[in-house]
Amino acid sequence: MAAVTPTRMVLNQLKGRLKTAQRGHKLLKDKRDELMRRFLEIVKRNRELRASVEAGVTEAYSALSRASAVMSTEMLEQALFFPRTSVELEVAYKSVMSVPVPEYSFSTTGGSATEIYPYGFAQTSGELDEALYKLALVFSDMLELAQVEKTMQLLAEEIEKTRRRVNALEYVMIPEMEQNIKYITMKLDENDLSTKIRLMKVKDMVLKQAHDFKT
Amino acid sequence: MRKIAVLGAHDTVVGFKALGLDTFAADDEGTARAIFKKLTEPDAPYGIIYVEEGLAIPLESEIARFKDDPSVAVILIPGRNGSLGLGSGALQAAIERAVGSKLDN
Repeated sequence: MAAVTPTRMVLNQLKGRLKTAQRGHKLLKDKRDELMRRFLEIVKRNRELRASVEAGVTEAYSALSRASAVMSTEMLEQALFFPRTSVELEVAYKSVMSVPVPEYSFSTTGGSATEIYPYGFAQTSGELDEALYKLALVFSDMLELAQVEKTMQLLAEEIEKTRRRVNALEYVMIPEMEQNIKYITMKLDENDLSTKIRLMKVKDMVLKQAHDFKT
Repeated sequence: MRKIAVLGAHDTVVGFKALGLDTFAADDEGTARAIFKKLTEPDAPYGIIYVEEGLAIPLESEIARFKDDPSVAVILIPGRNGSLGLGSGALQAAIERAVGSKLDN
């Protein structure tokens, strides 16, 4: 704080900066609160999706285990290894409080979307159909989970940043500026006072001199 | 146009293969790391990478690097042996980061 020069110009500059800082602080605080609100919504959604994905995937695995129990490994691999469809991912970005977050949508190419079984039914077991069906069901949740989880991470980062800025302004920048302003004001007042006193003294002296000179 | 990758143990990924996702089987840490590195190269076409939880433990630091990258989402999925709770761990970590302290439940 010692680094400020106690002049009127610096004082004015500081006052302007303080005003900006205070306005910025208020805005950032609002931003943080809104981000937080959205973040908590997303966390809630994430929790639901995570639970349903984990349950769905585990179920599909166990169906797959059942399938591999009744079919030979070679048959199973042969049935699954040449998918009829291929999934393509479309990524768009939308802005949540100026944080770019991805939005996923997928499209399947080749084959109709309803036809998920890449094999003929003659040599495979019904358990395999069940496993694939379950996996296909859980897949749309998996995709949404990816979107929600990414959004959550990006928002968390932004909130952290904003919170730091808010705190830096609130606890460091603004108090420092206020202190500097106070220091300069006091220094200027002091100068004013001493100038005034000096003038009064000089006036006394001048008067006295003038008086003495006359008589 | 981006693609979706699934990285996991051989048994885990076969099912996803049939769905039409790009699957990568890795049964040990070394291969998993090499594959993950390849999947996350800047010109790789993958927008979402699902990683099996079991393989994600040794890859933790690699995965953490993509947390703030909006172009790649690395999502943990449970493996054959059920959920290890790592996926919800990521949730807790994000909450802790945003709130500044841990929230219960």
